Amino acid sequence: MIRMLRRNLPFATVAVIALVAAPLLLEPFRLGLLAKYLCYAIVALGIGLVWGKGGMLTLGQGVFFGLGGYSMAMYLKLTEAGGGLPDFMVWSGVEHLPALWVPFANPVFALVMAVLGPMLIAVILGTLVFRQRVRGAYFAILTQALAAAMVILLVGQQGLTGGTNGMTNFFELFGQDLAEDSTQRLLYLAVAVVLGALYLATRQLVNSRYGRLLVAVRDGEDRVRFLGYDPALVKTVTFALSAGMAGLAGALFVPVVGIISPALLGVVPSLELVVAVAVGGRHVLAGAVLGAVVMGYAKTAFSEQFADGWLYLQGALFILVMTLAPKGVIGVMGRLRRARTT
Amino acid sequence: MSAFVNQLPIGLSIGAVLLLIALGLTFTFGQMGVINMAHGEFIMAGAYTAFLLQNFVLALPAAFLVAGVMGLILERAAIRHFYGRPLDTLLLTWGVSLVLQQLARDLFGAPNVQVPAPSWLSGGVGILPYNRLFIMALAIAGVVAVWLYLNRTGLGRRTQAVVQNRRLAATSGIDTGRVDMLTFFIGSGLAGVAGVALTLIGPVGPTLGTYYIVDAFLVVVAGGLGQLRGAVLAAIGLGLLNSYAEFWSDASLAKVIVFAVLIAFLQIRPQGLFALRSRVLT
Repeated sequence: MIRMLRRNLPFATVAVIALVAAPLLLEPFRLGLLAKYLCYAIVALGIGLVWGKGGMLTLGQGVFFGLGGYSMAMYLKLTEAGGGLPDFMVWSGVEHLPALWVPFANPVFALVMAVLGPMLIAVILGTLVFRQRVRGAYFAILTQALAAAMVILLVGQQGLTGGTNGMTNFFELFGQDLAEDSTQRLLYLAVAVVLGALYLATRQLVNSRYGRLLVAVRDGEDRVRFLGYDPALVKTVTFALSAGMAGLAGALFVPVVGIISPALLGVVPSLELVVAVAVGGRHVLAGAVLGAVVMGYAKTAFSEQFADGWLYLQGALFILVMTLAPKGVIGVMGRLRRARTT
Repeated sequence: MSAFVNQLPIGLSIGAVLLLIALGLTFTFGQMGVINMAHGEFIMAGAYTAFLLQNFVLALPAAFLVAGVMGLILERAAIRHFYGRPLDTLLLTWGVSLVLQQLARDLFGAPNVQVPAPSWLSGGVGILPYNRLFIMALAIAGVVAVWLYLNRTGLGRRTQAVVQNRRLAATSGIDTGRVDMLTFFIGSGLAGVAGVALTLIGPVGPTLGTYYIVDAFLVVVAGGLGQLRGAVLAAIGLGLLNSYAEFWSDASLAKVIVFAVLIAFLQIRPQGLFALRSRVLT
């Protein structure tokens, strides 16, 4: 009992800070930013699972994040148009609501699609790719190509997606005014609770038999196959779970930040999240979450000061982390703690 | 029909550009297992070399040297500590590529610049403009040079030996460190040459390389790791597929179609067109 309490003490502390202290202490603008970082942290948690535990480097999580985001944005746009056409369609000269859009007027459908859509694509891609034993760098390159293709598709289909500008100008969610501070606070709490619940669930999953199998696949795929397991299945399931998390994060991101556009989900944002996970510490799930929040904060803080410097700093940070601390911040903290006790 | 024929030189020259870029990748990714995301920025460096010199003929060897030396520095300073960790190298070199892009933005400004094409490359025969013909010729010359280097010179044979079995090669007295350096120099230099070729068909900007790098990596995936003939066939195939997919559907769907075709292709040949047979287990 005491052991269980001690094990969960760090999580409980962070949960109290996130759920009680942050909404009380932070001004609305900062709280909104924190909500945004937590959305990214949900994607990062998925990357921590698929890359950290499963060894599959995915450079296309932005695709799944975007699918979730666009599903949500479609619902928001339709409620706002109130039976008419969303504003950007009018600007692009679309006359009838495209058939693809019609079911998204239903909030339940939109939310379910935000999670199931990405999972479906991940299952299809994963089955095709993992079954043929395409892995490692090849998988990374393929996911990156997917992200690149997705952006071009979204930009090109202006009448369906809003093109380069994406979709913005959302005013209400489930009847709540999105500009109100109280709505934003509720949204923040929702994001924090979702992240916490997903973190606990993922941790449970990693500690289960499935999790041990996943780590075994990472460390010796052929050996696992010889033992009679199907690594392709394990990998596909993991990839799909991470895609679902990214989709959900995207759906939460849209009302929090108020925009979704191709620039938020292309090759670069996808890679940035992977790097955030690497900075935090990919071998531990908490490291992934920590990395996303820290990198998100660093980006805001630096871009406010000197916009151009951020790219230099980010580039330098990567090079330093990869060469000096491949286990990330969590790894460094662990080393410090060990150094103190011995 | 005429539209079909018109599209052919465009597809072939895209293929030729991809081939020039993929030739460099065949060296670094194929032969050394290093995914160099900064390869795209070596292309960009080559293109800016042409812009600075304002002399196309001189730019070809100069860009080879500039990009090659940049690659050499990258290999010595960072990548050599990462052999056997391809995914970490990918992230590391992406950091390098970010820094190089911003550097180009600070040095040359964010707007695109134009390199004037030499007058003897304007015009063309029939549907074949000279500049696209020149790019194809350059790609062919690149392939021949690489083939000669790998198969007809001592250094090239040593490179192949290191690729096939690094430890055995080292035991036989080959200085693997030097071979790595040279391989990286040549591979990066080829990216620089590709960059000069790109100035013939478009403007030069800090993100020039990012447009081509994803496709170039796909060439290596489709062609098979470290296979010269695979790279040639895959580059031409992807170039043609790109241009015809754009032509028959629309530009926004083309990349999705190319991606789907590639995934379908991997169902038949998961290791690409040609693969080194190996019994190595993971």
